[in-house]
This record gives sequence, structure tokens and C-alpha cells, in this order.
Amino acid sequence: MRLPRVQLPDFVGAAGAVWQRTPTWGKWVIGLAVLVVAVLAPADSVGRIMAPASDWKSILFFPIAVYILLAVGLNIVVGQAGLLDLGYVAFFAIGGYSMALLGVDQHWSFWAILPAGIAAAAVAGVVLGAPTLRLRGDYLAIVTLGFGEIIRVTANNLTFTGGPRGIAGIPHPPSVGHVKALQYGVLDPKPYYYLTLAAIILVVFVVRRLENSRVGRAWVAIREDEDAAQLMGVPTFKFKLWAFAMGAAIGGMAGVVWASKVISITPDNFQFILSVLVLSAVVLGGSGNLPGVILGGFLVAWLPERFRGFASHRDLIFGGALVALMIFRPEGILPSRRRRAEMEEGQAGLGTLGAADVTAEASP
Amino acid sequence: MLLELDGLHVHYGKIEALRGVSVAVEEGEIVTLIGANGAGKTTTLKTISGLRRVTSGAIRLNGRDITRTPGHVRVELGVSQAPEGRRIFPGMTVVENLEMGAYARGGSGRARLGAEFERVFSLFPQLAERRTQPGGTLSGGEQQMLAIGRALMARPHVLLLDEPSMGLAPRLVAQIFAIIAEINQQGTTILLVEQNAAQALRLADRAYVLEVGQVVKSASAADLLEDESVRAAYLGGDVAS
Ligand SMILES: Nc1ncnc2c1ncn2[C@@H]1O[C@H](COP(=O)(O)OP(=O)(O)OP(=O)(O)O)[C@@H](O)[C@H]1O
Ligand SMILES: [Mg+2]
Repeated sequence: MRLPRVQLPDFVGAAGAVWQRTPTWGKWVIGLAVLVVAVLAPADSVGRIMAPASDWKSILFFPIAVYILLAVGLNIVVGQAGLLDLGYVAFFAIGGYSMALLGVDQHWSFWAILPAGIAAAAVAGVVLGAPTLRLRGDYLAIVTLGFGEIIRVTANNLTFTGGPRGIAGIPHPPSVGHVKALQYGVLDPKPYYYLTLAAIILVVFVVRRLENSRVGRAWVAIREDEDAAQLMGVPTFKFKLWAFAMGAAIGGMAGVVWASKVISITPDNFQFILSVLVLSAVVLGGSGNLPGVILGGFLVAWLPERFRGFASHRDLIFGGALVALMIFRPEGILPSRRRRAEMEEGQAGLGTLGAADVTAEASP
Repeated sequence: MLLELDGLHVHYGKIEALRGVSVAVEEGEIVTLIGANGAGKTTTLKTISGLRRVTSGAIRLNGRDITRTPGHVRVELGVSQAPEGRRIFPGMTVVENLEMGAYARGGSGRARLGAEFERVFSLFPQLAERRTQPGGTLSGGEQQMLAIGRALMARPHVLLLDEPSMGLAPRLVAQIFAIIAEINQQGTTILLVEQNAAQALRLADRAYVLEVGQVVKSASAADLLEDESVRAAYLGGDVAS
């Protein structure tokens, strides 16, 4: 179904158009400016404007920075390779439980758990992806949705994960010297925010490099037309699996970092709604375009906090804003040039999301 | 023998779309596969490219059995296809689409592909004028040119073309067919699937007639043009024109 394109004063669209016309060096300057803003963000004066009704430094770590990291990870799967994953929370949970189990039971340090959690999530991504990535787009969505729930329900029912009461007493990362920003304690969220920021920067660099590589080009081709990609000699299954594993790894990374602050986790921390929110961050910001996805992650995390004053209506307002945006700007706030062309032709987008012919299974 | 299909059976679920198709294409030939809707022409090409699995039978390229070879490897071995419906990457520009065509050749340097770009742009000057235009916004004719050009970027030994005349005006069809002849003269073997039987038969050296998944006739294209039953079934009054 195609909704009519209503012409409204389109401030959001204008901003997107300006971004598309900005030359590469200009984007670098903007990127650096954003980085400076991000480093200075925990200041109280910023908090008074951005979130007068909540503890700004806390929400800056979670949900804002964590959501941005998750959105950048899910963007590889959804935005770049065009695979609809509705169970992304599963990998966040695997990272979280890795931190909790290895930290509490095995007394591993955070820096040892981080790679282990990332690897565990990536392996889970491959295990889930190997049998399901041959399926069509909408079936993949259902299977991933199920996987997200299975992880949560399993954690809820096993004794070694603490069942519904979860795991408490999770250690923090070791503090470094006497630098205030590196003292990982109970109260100050700032060091955790900077840790997450560092993770985001690292991941953004890796993703940028991938985008311009053979892997990145293969993902775009798969997203736009999987059969055609195969006719060009792209090993489609292999690259879909890669996208899945990389996205999962980043989800796991976010889970480890997040759990290293919160002291205790329960299965309820990993609800389906988290998958939905991160997915809406990706789509809303501009699926496939990193700056857009980062902006989307920020907005989805921040807006509900900003409108805490509206109490019970806030979800309604937030949901309404999302729906309105998707009607008037389905390609997202800051879409990539490609995405825009794809959407205009109506050939790709959430409708097809990597959907190959049901029966057109690739030879293994 | 460059390309050889030997008794291919291919299924979609329980439906048997190909029931023992045997086709042979010699180096340097233009061979055409004609037949009514649903005869199995597209299925045959998809199977050659590895998009469909073979139930039984064999595909050989230069004498080498590629029946179980993954599709992406077949491209490296020299099998390229401009598929039915063109299947241009809509968000990629003309140049990016062409680069994707050379994907199987490795690397990503635009400079390294200079000779291929030149060849495609000299065959299709219209594409050169539209280098930076997204593929999805090209006209149907331009998209067909891009689909053929994209397939050529892999420097194929055998080029598979699935209904390149579909939806094009007669003049454009004539132009595309002339370019196909030129590509062939430059040394690329061509297997052409067509509904437009009259024109395909005039272009090709040899032809196969496919009916419900079986080859019912194979002969030189000139002979088939004169064949009474073929004229009645596929050419109508068209052949006189
Ligand atoms: N994905 C599919 N699933 C099930 N059946 C299919 C599928 N694709 C093709 N078929 C069936 O296989 C048979 C051959 O189809 P094919 O597309 O090869 O025909 P064609 O000769 O290319 O026809 P056309 O000239 O209309 O393109 C048809 O009966 C068709 O219905
Ligand atoms: Mg066909």
C-alpha cells in the first residue's frame, strides 16, 4: 500500500536535503562537532534543557548511548543488508547475561568478558541465521521475533540464570588510575557513558570501512535485489550471515557494557519492546545511513524522557509522532541517497526487506 | 561445446517446470530459446545461473560439470545473465550498477575496469549520458541496456539474455537486437530467450522450441523461420513484416 505524499512545510525533509548536499569534508566537520558535543553532553547546564524532569547523566548512558550503539548494530542487518530482524534484543540479552554470569560466577574482569560476550552473541547470530537466512523477508522477521522471546523465556526458566529474579552483584569494569572519567562505581553514570561513547565511535569506524568495501557493496546489492545480486556473483547467503553475525556482535557488546553498570539484571530487561524501539530508531532515522541512524537512536531514547512531564500520555504522544513521521517521511529523517531512490521506485524498503523468491533457494 | 544442458529436470515444489531439457551452445554462436508463456524459458536460464537447483540432469561449461557449482562461482567461470524484468539495482547509479556487474572479478577499483566501461558505453552511448542517475529512474529501454551492459562487465564467455525486447517499442527492439549482434561479433557467445520469435530467429544461428518444459524442436534458425508449425504457433502474420 502506498500512502499519498502530502506536501507539508517539511523542516525535517529540508534538513535531510541539506545533509545530502553537504560535501564529505563538511560531514567530517559536522561529525567532529557532534563528537565534541557528545563529550561535553554530561554537563548539568545541558541536562537542565534536555531533561529537566529526569537525571540527565543517567539517561545519557541508558537509554540514549546504549540505544545509539544498538541502532548502529541493527542498522547493519536492517539498513545495509535489508534483513528484517524483530528479535535484536536477544543479542543484547546474551551480552548482558555473559557479563552477569562470567562476572558473578567466574569472577572474570570486564575486559575479558567483553570479547567473550561479543563472541557469544556473534555465534548466536550465526546459529540463528544459518537455518533462517534462506527464508523470505517476512518469515525471517517472524523467526527472529520468536528467537528474541525464546532467549528471554529461557532466561526466565533456567536456574543458573537466576530465573525471574535474574542475577545480582554484577561487577563493574576496573577503574583506571585516578582519572575521574574512568572510575567505574555505583553512582556516577558518566564513566559508563564515556565507555559507551568509545564503543560507538569504534563501531562507527568499522561500519564506515565496511560500507565502502566489497562486503558493503554486496549488502547493498542484496538489499536492493537478492536474485540480481547472485547473478552478479555475490555469495548472498554468506554475506547475509556476515551481516547477521556483525549486528549480533554489536548487540552483544551493548549488552555487556550496559550490564557492567546496572549491578543486577532480570529477564524483564529484555522485552520485545526493546527490539521494536531499536528498529524504529533505525527506520525513523534513515535506514542504511549512519548519521540518520544515530540521530534516530538518540530521538527514540530521548523524546520519551523529555516528555516525562506529560506522564501517562507520553507513550501516546511518542507513538503518534512516530506514525506521523513514517507517513510523511517513510525514508527516515536523514536517508541515504540510495535509500531515497529505492523508496521512490517502491522496489525496496520495509516491504521487501531482502525478500528473495520463496522458492529461489540458492545452491549451497 | 561451450555450454551444454543435458536432460535437465527442474521442479518448483511438486510442479515440474523442466522435463528433460537438452540444449547445446557452441562457442561464438547465438542460440535462441523460444516458446509460449510458462514453457520454462526463464527457468532454464535461472538454472544455468544457479538460481534454481537441478533435480536431475547435468550442466556443463567447456566440458566441466557445473551442475552443483554455486551460482556466484559460475559467474567467475564466465556465465553472465541479464535477467527477465531487467532487475536493475534501483538505488545504485548507472556506474554503480555496472561496477556490480564486475563484482565477481574481484577488487573494486574503478580505474581497473576502464576497458569494460569503455566497451559498455560505446555499445550504449545513452548510458554514458546517465552515469550518475539512479538505475530505478531510468526508462525501460535504458534499464534494458543497463542490464545487458551490467552483464557484460563480468567479461562473460556466454551471455544469457531473458527477453531483452520485453515492453520496448519496435524501434528500440531493433536497436537492442543490433547491439546483441555486435556483442556476439566481438566474441561473446549468446543464449537468447525470446517471445518475439520472428526477430529472435532472424538474429540467431540456431534455435530451440520449448513447450511445457520440453524441447520439441531444434534446428537452424533459418529453417525454423520456414517451418509451418512454428510459423503457425509463434510467428502468426508477423513473419511477413
Ligand atoms: N517461483 C515459482 N514457483 C512455482 N512455479 C513457478 C515459479 N516460477 C515459475 N514457475 C512455473 O514454472 C513454469 C515455467 O515458468 P517460466 O518462468 O520458466 O516460463 P517462461 O517460459 O519464462 O514464461 P514467460 O514467457 O511468460 O516468461 C510455469 O508453469 C510457471 O508457472
Ligand atoms: Mg520468462
